[in-house]
Amino acid sequence: MIARHAASRGPLVSRYGMWFFLYTELLLFGAMFLVYSVYRYRFPSDFHRGAMEENLVTGSINTLVLITSSMTLAMAVSAMKTGENRRSARLQLASILLGVVFLCIKYYEWHAKIIKGLYPNSPVLLKLPKGQILYFGLYYAMTGLHGLHLLAGIGALSFTLWLTVNGRLTRDNHAVLENTGLYWHFVDIVWMYLFPLFYLIT
Amino acid sequence: MKGQASYLEPGEGRGGFWAGWMLSTDHKRIGVMYLAALLSFFSAGVVLGLLIRLNLIDPGLVMGPQRYNEVFTTHGIIMIFLFIIPGVPVAFGNFFLPLMLGANDVAFPRINRLSWWVYLAGATMIAAALFINGHPPDTGWTFYAPYSIRTHTNVTLAVMGVFVLGFSSILTGLNFITTVHTMRAPGMTWFRLPLFVWTLYATAWVQLLATPVLAITLVFIALGRVFGVGFFDPSRGGDPIIYEHLFWTYSHPAVYIMILPAMGIISEVVPVFARKAIFGYKAVAYSAIAIAGVGYLVWGHHMFTSGMSGKARIIFSLITFLVAVPSGIKVFNWVATLYRGSIRMDAPLYFAASFIFLFSLGGLTGLIQSALAPNLNLHGTYWIVGHFHYVMFGGAGSALFTGLHYWFPKMFGKMYSQRRAKIGCLIFFIGFNLLYFPMFILGLNGMPRRYFDYPRRYFTGHLISTMGSWVLAAGLIVIFSNLIKALISGEPAPANPWGGRTLEWQTSSPPPHENFEIPPFLEETGEGKSGFRAGEAG
Repeated sequence: MIARHAASRGPLVSRYGMWFFLYTELLLFGAMFLVYSVYRYRFPSDFHRGAMEENLVTGSINTLVLITSSMTLAMAVSAMKTGENRRSARLQLASILLGVVFLCIKYYEWHAKIIKGLYPNSPVLLKLPKGQILYFGLYYAMTGLHGLHLLAGIGALSFTLWLTVNGRLTRDNHAVLENTGLYWHFVDIVWMYLFPLFYLIT
Repeated sequence: MKGQASYLEPGEGRGGFWAGWMLSTDHKRIGVMYLAALLSFFSAGVVLGLLIRLNLIDPGLVMGPQRYNEVFTTHGIIMIFLFIIPGVPVAFGNFFLPLMLGANDVAFPRINRLSWWVYLAGATMIAAALFINGHPPDTGWTFYAPYSIRTHTNVTLAVMGVFVLGFSSILTGLNFITTVHTMRAPGMTWFRLPLFVWTLYATAWVQLLATPVLAITLVFIALGRVFGVGFFDPSRGGDPIIYEHLFWTYSHPAVYIMILPAMGIISEVVPVFARKAIFGYKAVAYSAIAIAGVGYLVWGHHMFTSGMSGKARIIFSLITFLVAVPSGIKVFNWVATLYRGSIRMDAPLYFAASFIFLFSLGGLTGLIQSALAPNLNLHGTYWIVGHFHYVMFGGAGSALFTGLHYWFPKMFGKMYSQRRAKIGCLIFFIGFNLLYFPMFILGLNGMPRRYFDYPRRYFTGHLISTMGSWVLAAGLIVIFSNLIKALISGEPAPANPWGGRTLEWQTSSPPPHENFEIPPFLEETGEGKSGFRAGEAG
């Protein structure tokens, strides 16, 4: 009998799907990084001055928060593999909370800029040199898209947490958790590039 | 092959008619629904095209300049994003990929259904952009910045509609790649895959890797319009050329999304009607991958006149010439397959022959414009319009008709009148050349494209072209009325009317819900791609 539906083929098929999806994500962000590098090459000093506005302390904290969330999620997956569902659930919850902390800090950073009048199309911003207009445009677009991805990740992880708590995920059947983990790590890695590009290279 | 209900009949516990189709995860039903949607959009696009042509013999006859811009933009958006890009993969790919692999569905049936819904959502958004308050977009289907950021027409909604369609395209690509990797029947090795599957596979990779670039680019346009983020707006430091680069980074590979599966159909049809195995199977398979790969690196040839360094232009021109090599391999192999075959001139081969002729003309004119010196003269002219329609409509469009006539008996279990299909094909072919060939001459004489009005000396060319558009429309009416008639009152079709040797012909017409009564497998030995035997999977 051939039952060649994805579910019966085990986690391999769905992992294929997730990796292919991540390729597309890579290109989605890739195009943004391309635009960033072109404009940075064209306006190096404006980008330098723009980056002075960033708060290195909150940025670094956020980086730590996100790395930690990836770690707890990796631990959650391996806990699931050894059948420790309760531990896995707790670790997933930790990742969700860390993701929320990241977004809160991000909100604080955006807020700090917005009250200074630094947001797209604002009168303050439009008076700045063109390179800085682009810098802040890219800052909002790239961290914004990243934030949306993290929000989606929090949603997905809440779903796997719900599945875990209800005993729907087991040691042998937890592809959805592993795939969510892959996605989460990807979003994490994107931040690993955004952080130096906006905060460190001044 | 009696006993099981065909996929067209309601299955168990599937609710009413609408739910039975819209909620179905059956790849065959999804394929048929896609086909219906595609052909509806195609008809709308044809009507708009006829209006454009009508207006061109007497500018102002049916519309003014602003309306003209909106109509040719809408024609482009509908034909490109709603018809020809999804085109062959979503309709025939969905229906036949699992059948050809000997599988009972795609790898992710629910994602497949999702991508169909997402396609409908995107199409609805585009339709809304045409009809709700304000005007339809007037930017051309390319949404070139900075005009697309400044115009007051409904560009935001239209680009977001295209963004959503991109999602659908990505999901389909992802699904197909996974399906080819994991769902092949026992014994179906890579080099036994039907060539249509090879092209779907190559296409799926392009969909996967190119579409996200378009998506983010269109998001930038929307951000520019809604939030004033000026990535492409020179007054804010942005550069419209970057938009062109990003746009063509997707939209050139998109040309191969349109043409590769079309070539796959021809590679299926030609050997069946020549009663021979395809000449150079591996070369045809590899050339699909080569076209997809090299096609990635040629986008700059859309921008030779937009401002680009001489060195970049030479490189892009050279790589563009390279794409002609695998395309040429395919054309020569089709012709070599026909050579000394015992050819059966059935309707599908008429359409395939029309494809080979029209596509070759489109491809050869493409070579002329990929050389730098002629390009600078031809780029802004009707030459490009002619070339583009020869490749896309004459190529991808003809191939879609080929597939429609080849697989129609399998999909619907009905047979159409071959005589009428052939007559329709000939009228279409004549009309097509009358419509588009004069454009090459107009272009060589300097008629600029996208223009509403023109000097008197271009009138004859435009007149012939417009009359050709009527002949072409008549051909389409003959072709489709024949198929619709067959759908209603056609003779029942046998399981394998053409003597096809791929697996989809081994099941009944139309196939049962589960595709195969007995799961097929291919014997481990023997000449792979065409030899198989149905039996119990071990």
